[in-house]
Formats: sequence, C-alpha cells, structure tokens
Amino acid sequence: MQPEADGAVVRFRQVTYAPAGAGAPVIDALDLEVRRGETLVLLGESGCGKTTTLRLVNRLLEPTGGSVLVEGRDTREWDAIELRRRTGYVIQDAGLFPHFTVGRNVGLVPALEGWDEARVRSRVEELLRLVGLDPERFASRFPSELSGGQRQRVGVARALAADPPLLLMDEPFGALDPLTRSALQREFAALQRRLGKTVVFVTHDVREALLLGTRVALMSAGRVLLLDTPEAFLRSEEPLARAYRETLRTPWEVPPGAGGDA
Amino acid sequence: MNAFEFMLRNWREILALTGEHLLLVAASTLVAVAVGIPVGLMLTRKTAWKRPVLAVANIFQTVPSLALFGFIIPLPFVGGIGARAAVVALVVYALLPVIRNTVTGVEGVERSVREAAVAMGMTDRQVLRQVELPLAAPVILAGVRVATVISVGVATVAAFVGAGGLGTLIYRGLRQNDDRLMLAGAVPAALLALAADAGIGLIESRLDARRQFARGGAKRRALVSRVAAGALAVAVLAVAGLALWRSASRADVKVGSKDFTESILLAEIFAQGLEARGLSVERRYELGGNLAHEALVAGEVDVYPEYTGTALMAILKHPPATDARAVYERVKADYAARFDVEVGPPLGFEDTFAILVRGDDARRLNLKTVSDAAAHAPGWRAGFGQDFMSRADGYEGFARAYGLRFAGRPREMDLSLSYRALAEGQVDVIAGNSTDGMIATLGLTQLEDDRHYFPPYEAVLLLRRDALERLPVAREALQSLAGSISTDEMRRLNYEVDGNKRAPAEVVREWRRLKGVRQ
Repeated sequence: MQPEADGAVVRFRQVTYAPAGAGAPVIDALDLEVRRGETLVLLGESGCGKTTTLRLVNRLLEPTGGSVLVEGRDTREWDAIELRRRTGYVIQDAGLFPHFTVGRNVGLVPALEGWDEARVRSRVEELLRLVGLDPERFASRFPSELSGGQRQRVGVARALAADPPLLLMDEPFGALDPLTRSALQREFAALQRRLGKTVVFVTHDVREALLLGTRVALMSAGRVLLLDTPEAFLRSEEPLARAYRETLRTPWEVPPGAGGDA
Repeated sequence: MNAFEFMLRNWREILALTGEHLLLVAASTLVAVAVGIPVGLMLTRKTAWKRPVLAVANIFQTVPSLALFGFIIPLPFVGGIGARAAVVALVVYALLPVIRNTVTGVEGVERSVREAAVAMGMTDRQVLRQVELPLAAPVILAGVRVATVISVGVATVAAFVGAGGLGTLIYRGLRQNDDRLMLAGAVPAALLALAADAGIGLIESRLDARRQFARGGAKRRALVSRVAAGALAVAVLAVAGLALWRSASRADVKVGSKDFTESILLAEIFAQGLEARGLSVERRYELGGNLAHEALVAGEVDVYPEYTGTALMAILKHPPATDARAVYERVKADYAARFDVEVGPPLGFEDTFAILVRGDDARRLNLKTVSDAAAHAPGWRAGFGQDFMSRADGYEGFARAYGLRFAGRPREMDLSLSYRALAEGQVDVIAGNSTDGMIATLGLTQLEDDRHYFPPYEAVLLLRRDALERLPVAREALQSLAGSISTDEMRRLNYEVDGNKRAPAEVVREWRRLKGVRQ
C-alpha cells in the first residue's frame, strides 16, 4: 500500500455519516489523516463516533458525505473484499469463529487468499508465537477453551495473518481484567515497535491512549476536538482533554510538590 | 385376534405401507429442505420479504390437511392423485418450520462473529457457507426435525389421494369399524415419528457438540456420528430400493376401486378373474371421492367398479332419471364418446340408497315404506353421509319428494359412522347402501322407495378401451361377470368383510370357488 505524497495512509475529507432517520449525524464533517507507521488513537466516550470512524475505513460503512481515502483512493472505488483483506481488524470480544479451531481462525485470511496449506500452517505457527501462544498447545483448541486474554491474542494474530499494512483495532483490550489488559497493552506496544504497522486504535481508556498512541485524536459528537501527541495532550487546555487528564489522578496519589520536601 | 396378533399376521402389508410412508416423508422433506433453506437464506438477505413470506407459509400451515389435499388434486402438473400430489401437500406443510428456523438460525449468529467475518474480507457467499450456515446448522436441523415429524403425521392423510402409506390402514379401519386396522396404521406411524425425531435429534446434538467442545469425548462422538450416518444411509438405501422396486412393477392391468368395501370387492373379483386368465394385476384400491374416475380418465387405473346412477349424475352431470335400461344406455354411449371408456354389462345387482331405521322402530310403528315414515319424521333426528347430503339425487330432492321434515337439520357424518349412530340411537334414520352387510349385522330395516325417487344404481365395471384393445382376454373376463352377482350375494360378501372382518381377497377367492367358475 503506497502512502500518498504527504504520507497519509488514510485520509478523511469532510466526512459526514448521517444514516436516514438517525437525527444528528454520527460523524460530522470530519477531517483526519493517518500517517504511515503511526498508531493513531481515537479517544472518546461511548457514542462519540470513534467506532463509526473505524468502520468507515474498511467500508463496513460508507460515508453519506465527503470521502474516505485509503492509499489515496476513495473506499467506494476499492473492491471492498480486497480492501478488507489488506486491512487487519480486531474487535472487543475478538469475534472469533466458535466452530473453527484457533489455527483455522488465525489462518482464515491466508486461506481465503488461496495460500497453500503448508504455508498457512507455518504462518499460523509463526503468528501464534508472535502473540505469545504455544502453537503445539493452542492451534487445535476451540475459542471456547481459551481465556479472554488468550482469545484476544488470537484475535490480534488473525488480524495480522496476511501481513496487512493497516490495522484497525476497536477497543481490543476493553473487556479484559486490569492485569491481563495491562500485560497485553505492553506486549502490543512492543509488537508494534517491531512490526511498524499503521494502526488506528479506538479506546475510551485515556491511559491506554497515552501508552499506545503516536498521536491521540480526542473525539466528541462526531468531530475531532484535538489531535496531537500524548505529550501535547497532557498539556492541552481543551476542557475535555483536561477532564480526561483529571481521571488519571487517583485519590491516594500525592499531588506534585506537596509534602515531598520535608 | 387382538391388535398385536393382527399386526404380526399382516406384517408384510404393514411393512410395505410403512415403506411407502417413509418414501413420502423422505421425498417431501428433501424437497422442503432443498426449497426452504435457500428461501430462508434469501430472507436473511432481503429482509423486506421476510414478513410476507413467513406469513404466507404460516397460512399454508393452518389449512387443514384434508382440505389442502382437496385443493391440490385439481391443480395442473402438481395435482392429480397418487404420490406426487401427496408430496406437494407434505412439502407445503414442511416448508414453514424449515424456512423459519433457517431465518432464526442465521439471525441468531453473534453479531461480532458476523462482523468479523465481513471485516476479514469474506464475500457474502463465504460468510454464508463458512460462518452463518455452520453456526445456524443446529437450529436449521431442529426445523427439519419438526418438519419431518409433522410430515409423518400428515402423510397418513395421503391415503385419501391414493398415495398409499400407513393412512391406508387407518382409513380402512375407520370404514370397517375395525380398531385393529386403525392401530396397525397408527402405531407404526407413531413409531416412525418417534424414530425420525430421535434420529435427527442425534445428528443435531452431534452438530452442537462439535461447536461447543474440541477434544473431550471426541471418540464417543465419532461413534455416535458413525451410527447416525449409518442409520441415515440404511434409510436412504431402503427408500431408494423401494422406489426402484415400485417403479419396476409394471402390471398388465391396473385395477382401481373406490374407498368402500363393496367397490373393493368388485374390483377384487375382476382382478382375480384377470389373474386366473394369466394377466398380472396392480391393485390401486381405496380411491376417495371422484379420484377413481379421475384416475381412470388419466390412465392411472385401467378399470374400476361404478354405479350407473352415479355415473349419470355425479360424473356426466345429467339430471336424475328412473328407467334403468335408459340410464345404462345413456351412460354407455356418453362414456364411449367422452372418455373412450367401455361400460361393462350390469353385474346383476343395484346398490342404491337405502333409507334405514332400527328394526325395533319398524316393527313397533309398522313401517314398510318411506311414505309410512314421513308422518314420524318430525320427531326424528336424521344422520346422512356427506355424499347423500351434497349430490343431486340426495337429501334435498329426497326430502321434497316425500315432504319430509326432520327434527332439526340432518347431521352430516361419515357413512360408516352413521350406521353406528343409528344402532346406538343417536339418530333415528340414515341413508345407507342397499347392499351393505351392516344392515343385517345391526338389525336395521330398509324402507321401500315407494315413490321411486332414487335413480337406478346398477353396478358395472368401467374399462379403458385402450386396455381392452391391448388385452382381448380382459373383454372375456368382463363379459363373464354379466349378471353374476345378486343383491343378496353382494350383501353377504360385504358382511364377510365388514361384519366378520375378513380380508376382501380371501372372501373373493372363496366366492369364486363356490361359484366354480373362471370369472
């Protein structure tokens, strides 16, 4: 996938998404660009349009106004199947196929792409190791035999299977317990440094956004209020950004400069 | 002989009818699956169609089965008599559960799973075949299971359109007032329904199990699935074998009959006469309503016994007439011209409507004729068969001719039930058949038709001319029966079957032996 001359892999141009009978538009004249190799985090509350934004990228939805360009080409001009096979997708409860083994789940897109069996198998093993699962133990299991964290690892492996340049992740760690979530976040950050994929990552967890994002887009009511690096986000005077920042403070956290110098 | 012994003794026929039953159910269920699943899948794609299509399927399901068979008979291509019409009716019943469960099953697939499949870049076809169908399979199969069990039940009605199956025994039992016959049909049908339910349930649980677990108990499941697959294979082979065997039997003459004892006996007399002359015969008895006539015209039977009065009015739609000779000639000429069918010589007796009262009443009130009874009619309840109530020479004209008025409108009931109702005092007058064996059995008295209201009903055999040309010996068999059966003889033969519960074939063999002729 060739980036545009200015380096944008995905570009939203005045995109509106207002399905008939929905009242206010879900996405309202959105301009946004995702640069090659970055992890762009869409941060916002439920209903702010962040998931819709994600689904507009791989054409699970089509904009009602404006255009979404992937690799410089309008998504409506893309063959939807080709676009989706070149775009990894991870969702909150993994969406694994319950009647497929872990191996078959991970090898799905390569198999659809017509890879031969041996190549699919070795790719599956490679990916399972990549996400920290022993292929010997896990490849022949069914999703119902896995823990939530393991399922999510499989979900990531499946999204990476055909080596897509672009990865869309919709609150992939949202349903996990705090310890597992924290472990997976750190592993994913490390993985991302190695693989250098372009990632669009949706979350409502500000810690996750700051930990994983190259840039953070703060969304509200279908618009981007702020789009900047995590460092800039922490300094921003934007009221919603400040509110999010407040949540980082915990009651027992010692305020800076108070009582440390006795 | 109790019902169990009866079944043991007649196991061959019961087995053959069970085979036919199975064939009907298998064929209709296969068609319903082949049509219903694609339609159901289409509805999950074109959701606007979902409500109207399901509503129509629902309406079909609520049509009583007998009425549905009635609607299907006159339809071109799919209608007629025999297995085809029965399969069409069964398919109509089986469609709703298959379609509905397909829709429910596919719509029940988890949203996230469906969305993941689409987002992975699966085409709609791939989503359907690799994700939605396998995950919906247990629900769809549950629909097939319901459809099959319904079909086993409804298929008993198929006997009504001459499609055979276990319903044949049930109907015969109803007509002959024979519980053993009814049980011989009903018990295997119930067992078949249970077996179908359990069999498909087994496959269903296996599908579900495969989805829930990976390795635990894999061996046991493999065994179960092998047993299920084996049972299915055996069933399919049996059905296919039966179908082959049936299609392979090409008899010289196909002899039909209407669905009452006398018609069966007359058909059997002719059939045995043909067999004595070295011809092979296929018996297609017990065709209800006008089916025997339709089957004759369509060439599905070559011959069946009829009555001149019935032919004149019910089939040729002429007005009633009273002169027996004139009626016979008229019928003979019209059948030759319109249907290319030969009307054989009169067999020697008439089977006309017999106005019957209890013997006690007749003696007590000194009743001899219908006119004698007219005075008592206002205090009587009448029970008449559907046939008598609806035909041109039936109830209405009869009541007018004698100026009859009963206490309330006559109760319309099954003919054989009306005999019982009269004997048990539930009604006081019925219209039976003059040759009925039950008249003597139940001690009933026939009132004379002193105003000669009823047209002549001479028994004759109707034979397709092409069969006569093909088989000259059949003409000889036809002629030899002329005037050979008296009313008394016919009553006795009927009584042997209805009263003494003997098989028609056996009764006819005995009669032929006594007559000592090659009739």
